[in-house]
Amino acid sequence: MGDIITTIGTFLTDLLSSLGMGPSAVEITIKIIVAAILGVFGIGLVIFTVWLERKVAGRIQDRLGPNRVGPYGIFQTVADAIKLLTKELITPAGADKVPYNIAPVFSVLGVLLIWAVVPFTTNAIASDLNVAVLYIVAVGAFGVLAVLMAGWSSNNKYALLGALRVVAQTISYEVPLVLSLLVPVMLAGTMSTQGIVEAQPIWYIVYVPVAAFVFFVSSLAEVGRPPFDLLEAESELVAGFHIEYSGMRFAMFFLAEFMHAFAISALTAVLFLGGWRGPWVQQYPTLGFVYLGIKTMVVYFVVMWVRCTVPRVRIDQMLNLNWKFLVPLSLVNVLMVAILGKLPLRLSEEQVAEVLQNTPWVEWAFGPEFMAELPRAVLFLLANAALVIVVLALLGVYARRERRKVEALVDEGEFSAPQPAAAHQ
Amino acid sequence: MEITAETVAFAIFAVFTLGGALGVVTMRNLFHAALMLILSLFGVAGLYILLTAPFLAAVQIMLYVAAVAILIIIAIMLTRSLMKAPIAANKQWEVSALIALIVLVSLVAVILQVSGGRVRSYWPQEPVGDVPADSITALGASLVDPDRYVLPFEVASVLILAAMIGAIVIVRSRPTS
Repeated sequence: MGDIITTIGTFLTDLLSSLGMGPSAVEITIKIIVAAILGVFGIGLVIFTVWLERKVAGRIQDRLGPNRVGPYGIFQTVADAIKLLTKELITPAGADKVPYNIAPVFSVLGVLLIWAVVPFTTNAIASDLNVAVLYIVAVGAFGVLAVLMAGWSSNNKYALLGALRVVAQTISYEVPLVLSLLVPVMLAGTMSTQGIVEAQPIWYIVYVPVAAFVFFVSSLAEVGRPPFDLLEAESELVAGFHIEYSGMRFAMFFLAEFMHAFAISALTAVLFLGGWRGPWVQQYPTLGFVYLGIKTMVVYFVVMWVRCTVPRVRIDQMLNLNWKFLVPLSLVNVLMVAILGKLPLRLSEEQVAEVLQNTPWVEWAFGPEFMAELPRAVLFLLANAALVIVVLALLGVYARRERRKVEALVDEGEFSAPQPAAAHQ
Repeated sequence: MEITAETVAFAIFAVFTLGGALGVVTMRNLFHAALMLILSLFGVAGLYILLTAPFLAAVQIMLYVAAVAILIIIAIMLTRSLMKAPIAANKQWEVSALIALIVLVSLVAVILQVSGGRVRSYWPQEPVGDVPADSITALGASLVDPDRYVLPFEVASVLILAAMIGAIVIVRSRPTS
C-alpha cells in the first residue's frame, strides 16, 4: 500500500494490454484517464471548498454557516449546484453567441490546466514539464481571454467595463507574480515543479519569505479574491464581467474562481512549502498526497482568513500596492537571490559527514541534504530579514509623510480631522 | 504516409494556424478577427511542442496570446470604429496584398528551387540531430554568452526599456501651469 500510484499504474497497463492494445495506445489511454481524474477532482473539490469557505466565514463572523442540508450542512453546495443546473440559461438579445458560450468553458479550462503540473507525490504528476513554471503563467491566458470574451459578447456596458478592469488588474499583477516565481526557479535551478519540490529539503519559505509573500498576494489579486475583488464588490457595483450570465454558465465562472483559489494554494505549497515533502515519504510515496493536502489546506485557510478580515482595497490602493510596493520589492529580491546564489555555500559531502558525526539526530530527523543546504538557507533568511526591515522603515517614513500632509491640510482648515475618540464618549 | 498520433496532432495544429490566419483577414467583425488571431497563435504554439521546443511554446502563449493579443483586443474595444458598420477592407488593402504576395514569393523561392524544369526542395533531408536533454539551459547560456547572443539580447532589453519609459512619459499628466 506504500506506493498506490505504481500499483494502479501497473494494474491499468496490464489490464489495457490484456485487452489487446499496443504500448503507445496504452500510454495515451492512461494519459486520458489521468486527465479525466484530475478534471473531476478539480471540479468535485469545489463542492467541498465552497461549503468549507461558507462554514469558516460563518465561524469568523460569529455565525453558524450552512447547517440545514446534511450533517453540518455539508450537502448545501450539492443542493445549490442542482439549483444552478436547473435554472434557465439566458442569452441577451444582442449577445455575440459563440464567444458568449465559449467564455465560461475557457475560464474553467484555464484553471484545470494548472493541475497538470502539480506534483502530488514522488511519482504522481500528470505531466512533468521542464517548463512547468512558465506553463503556469501561460495557461493564465485562458482566464484573461475568457473574461474579455464574456465582457465583450454580453453586449452590456457594465460587463465590458468590468472585463477591461479585470484584465488591467490581472496583467499588472502578473509582473510581481512572475518575478516571485523566478525566485524558486533560481534557487532550484529548474523550472520543473517536481524538480523544485525535490530541491527543497528546507522549504523555500525559509529561504525567501519575501518571495512567498509576494507570490501569495499577487496570486490573490490574479484570482480576484477579496481583498482584491473590487470588480464584483456586491455592495457597490453590479457583478462585473459576468453580469449577464445565469444558471450553469454563471456557475462555471464561480467554479473557476473557487478552483483557482485552491490551485494557487496548492502552487504556494508546492513552490514554497516543500510540496509532498514530509517524513517517510520516500518509503511510502502515498503519504505525499496527505502532506500536500495538509499544506494546501493550511494555505487555503489563510486565503479564507484574509477574505473575512481584510477590507476591500480601492482601485488606487490596488495599483499603488502593485507598482510602488510589490514590483520594486520583488525586483530587489530577485537581484539579491541572483547574487547570493552565486556564493559557494552548499556543504560538500565530507563536510556534512563531519558535522553529522557529532549530531546524529539531525540526520535521523531531516536527512543529510538538510545539513548541506542549511548555511545557504540561513544566509538567505538573514538577507530577507534585512530586506524586510529596510522595507518597513521606508513604509514608516512614507506613512509619516502622508500623515503630515493631512495634518497640514487640517491646520489650514481644508477639512476637519477625523475624530477617532468621539465614538467612545 | 504513415498516420501516427504526431501527424494527427500536426494536422490539427496546422488547421488551427492556417484557418485562424484566414479568419483574421476575412472576418468582418474586428473582435472576431482578434479571436481568430489567438487561435492561429495557439496553433503555432502547438507546432513548437511537436518540434520538442516546449519552452518556445510556453513563451509563444505567454507573450503572444496573454500579452500581445490581449492588448490588441483591448485596443479594439477602445476604438470607436467598431461601433460603425463593419467593413472587410480598408484603403490600404492593395498595398498590403502586394506586400503579402512579395513575402510569399520570396519564402517559396527560398524553400524551393526550380532548376532545369525540376523543382528541388531545400528542406533538410537528413534527420536533424537530437535535441539536448536540457535545451533551456543551453538556450539561457547562449543568451548571456559574449560570443553568441548577448549583444542582441541587451539591445532588445534597452529597446523595451525605452518603450516603457516612452509610454510613461506620454500618459503622464502634465503639471497644470
